[in-house]
Amino acid sequence: MESVNQLQRKLADYTSSLYNENFLDEQFIQLQQLADESNPDFVVEVVSLFFEDSDRLLNELTKALNQPNVDFKKVDAHVHQLKGSSSSIGALRVQKICIAFRNYCEQQIVEGCLKCLQQVKNEYTLVKNKLETLFKLEKQLVDAGGSLPVV
Amino acid sequence: MGMAAADLQFHVLAVDDCLIDRKLIERLFRISSCQVTTVDSGSKALEFLGLQELDQNQPCVSPSNQQEVEVNLIITDYCMPGMTGYDLLKKIKESSSLRNIPVVIMSSENVPSRISRCLEEGAEEFFLKPVRLSDVNKLRPHMMKTKCKSLPQQEAEKMVTKPKQESIEIANVQSQAQEPQQQTESETVQQQQKSQANNNNNKRKAMEENLSPDRTRPRYSSGLTAV
Repeated sequence: MESVNQLQRKLADYTSSLYNENFLDEQFIQLQQLADESNPDFVVEVVSLFFEDSDRLLNELTKALNQPNVDFKKVDAHVHQLKGSSSSIGALRVQKICIAFRNYCEQQIVEGCLKCLQQVKNEYTLVKNKLETLFKLEKQLVDAGGSLPVV
Repeated sequence: MGMAAADLQFHVLAVDDCLIDRKLIERLFRISSCQVTTVDSGSKALEFLGLQELDQNQPCVSPSNQQEVEVNLIITDYCMPGMTGYDLLKKIKESSSLRNIPVVIMSSENVPSRISRCLEEGAEEFFLKPVRLSDVNKLRPHMMKTKCKSLPQQEAEKMVTKPKQESIEIANVQSQAQEPQQQTESETVQQQQKSQANNNNNKRKAMEENLSPDRTRPRYSSGLTAV
């Protein structure tokens, strides 16, 4: 079994990679700062809401873009919501694609929208896996008797 | 005789159609020792404030509810389905009983015409999302205005001089300064992460707002005119 020190090092390296590879930005640190003894699971709760919201929005977007006559106003509204929630949790790469996605909505280019939808699905899946791994590492550290680093 | 702790607490009404943002705003204000009520639409906000809409043109004030609820600040998202934050702001400023409540608008988009329109209509501040703890700390003077009107002079003075809770980042720096310790390896890594993340965030905002990446994001208040 890994020691507390090893787990701390592992968590620090993994967290660092998420910022270096632009999966997360400073907003995620802000989120972590809002957790305290009275609300220790705040980050997990908010990120779980992000997952639920994103799954719903990506389904809606897939449906909307598969219609014979695409309602670009509706598509843009969904992308706007996804951009907002990804920005609120600090999912930088998802947010960046949403900006490009909205440009295609404005220009009403279906191919561009479909391309962005695929990209946003890929990036969302990646960041979801990364965050789930991060939470697992944090849990392992706490279960081993270590404490999470103060942000 | 001193006032009860609850009376000295600020009450904030937060309006946002996005659940994630409602959670965030609620937490930000709770950390700043405020009581928070969250609603998901402008119409629900008006209902909570006792300003129901009977039809599209004529708002109706319910005086019984009006006296029960004391709100020191309303913070609302701009872009919401149905009634926008701007529509809500207008309705509040049109109401003789509510117009003195400070209103702050939040938006994920930096649209100068939108900003100036809100400030001209009477918004105290216009914040770009995501809202930060440092933003929330700027709102205390606005909330003080509403408290000071209803408090005796001595109590109001106490509240003004009471040191406000600074952001968590500042608190951490101060505690480190008081207890000088050797920096651990993980702390060094964290600082690197933080500076990297800060850099990413500024680049992101700059990209979105067509600013130079070196500039931090703008903050708008009623003292500024956006063009």
